[in-house]
Amino acid sequence: MSIARFWRETPRRYNLGGSKCTNCSTVYFPPRAVCPECTHHRQSIEKMVPFQLSGDGEVLSFTVVHDPAQGFEMQVPYVVALVETVEGPILTGQVVDVDPPEVRIGLQVHATFRKLREEGKAGVIHYGYKFAPTEEPSGPSPPRGSPAPIPAEPPSAQPRAPA
Amino acid sequence: MQAGIVSYGAYVPRYRITPEEIGRVWGSDGAAMGQSLNVHRKSVPSPDEDTITISTESLRTALVRGAIDPQQIGAIYVGSESHPYAVKPTATVVAQAVGATPNLTAADFEFACKAGTAAIQTCLGLVGADMIRYGVAIGTDTSQGAPGDALEYSASAGGAAFVIGRDRVICRVLRTLSYTTDTPDFWRREGQKYPSHGGRFTGEPAYFRHVTECARGIMEASGTTPKDYRHVVFHQPNGKFPQRAGKILGFSDEQMRYGLVTPFIGNTYSGAALIGLANVLDHAGPGERILMVGYGSGAGSDAFDLETTEEIRSYDRSFGRPVEWYLEHGIELSYAVYAKFRGKIHMGGE
Repeated sequence: MSIARFWRETPRRYNLGGSKCTNCSTVYFPPRAVCPECTHHRQSIEKMVPFQLSGDGEVLSFTVVHDPAQGFEMQVPYVVALVETVEGPILTGQVVDVDPPEVRIGLQVHATFRKLREEGKAGVIHYGYKFAPTEEPSGPSPPRGSPAPIPAEPPSAQPRAPA
Repeated sequence: MQAGIVSYGAYVPRYRITPEEIGRVWGSDGAAMGQSLNVHRKSVPSPDEDTITISTESLRTALVRGAIDPQQIGAIYVGSESHPYAVKPTATVVAQAVGATPNLTAADFEFACKAGTAAIQTCLGLVGADMIRYGVAIGTDTSQGAPGDALEYSASAGGAAFVIGRDRVICRVLRTLSYTTDTPDFWRREGQKYPSHGGRFTGEPAYFRHVTECARGIMEASGTTPKDYRHVVFHQPNGKFPQRAGKILGFSDEQMRYGLVTPFIGNTYSGAALIGLANVLDHAGPGERILMVGYGSGAGSDAFDLETTEEIRSYDRSFGRPVEWYLEHGIELSYAVYAKFRGKIHMGGE
């Protein structure tokens, strides 16, 4: 991946920066410029605002990868899941700090900041979100907080994942 | 109002390895080694964790606990001897990842194991001079010992972040004092993967001289004795050195109870004293006096005379995990998996 392409995606990968339609309260990740949920899309024009996801959610579905993508050889077997965030959007991400047999649909997870891949020994290191269980199998952990304040108003309409 | 600690957070990776398991591979008596070092387990980072990710996790916890707007942070300094890049600051990634960019200054510090305490002193200066509202000092490492070296039994991974400010201070910094000399006890040359050390030379002329002289210096300046402190935290390259330093200075085991964390997670280098302080603050009530003495090879010590305030009563520690959780939990690895995670296996083509 080119440096510029990854750099442009930094707000999303580092901080789960999405967008929210202030007309119907639907949250999108990655961010959208127009809201497809509003009956007339024009209603959302200039009403889409930046919105940071809290990073909390639950596993909607998952798979265990045994044949790794390049750069993930040291982590085999690892889990990739669809995580439904509390704000609505469904994110794809690796689930770490868990043994694959312990992952289940409905597992509560939170976003964590990890190394995604390296461009070889001398290249750039890419960082971003992954997910980790909110509770360790060996015992419960205290609640996690959001990495940064998010708007207090909860989404009133049932949000859905971006297309 | 005086500058002090406004919030803090600590993070230790999930995996652990025991001295017995390390000794099993190298034909050494690992149990005896662990006993002599007073290190029972050490933490191991996942392949996708490094100083940047650990620093970010600990700072995110600190910001949520203190309800601090990241845009109010004027400086982020990350102290480490295992920065992922030789050139490109760890602090820039951490600042971006917590939403503190772009209006702040950021830099990486290196002073062996005391770069984190040096970062706290710098933040105290900037906040005290009213140049910034909040300064962030982080001490994190994912350091390694060469395979089979004595360091391998203790070198671990972890970090802690401290937010320095003047509003809602939970722990005042009454005084800070440093003691620095040119003492070549431990070093890593440019391009070398593992550090070198002077064996027994790391003890008397290095760790013990600097830590005890610095501790005596700050107590003399403050007009205090060991009895005036409820807690004491020393840099802890292993579990034995800080116990002996405490004994030399006249501190009891009870005063070191919360500040000594290395026996359970190993030596987190730049994070060691700071995670110990985080554990003390996890347990402290108001009005408790704390002496912290960091140490970095090369060599130097930074001492801090601290006192918790009434604000600590309302400080919300419920976010993130307390240090004690990391001391008690962890998944043990075999040496083979540890070697894979730490990049000690030659994969060919390199």
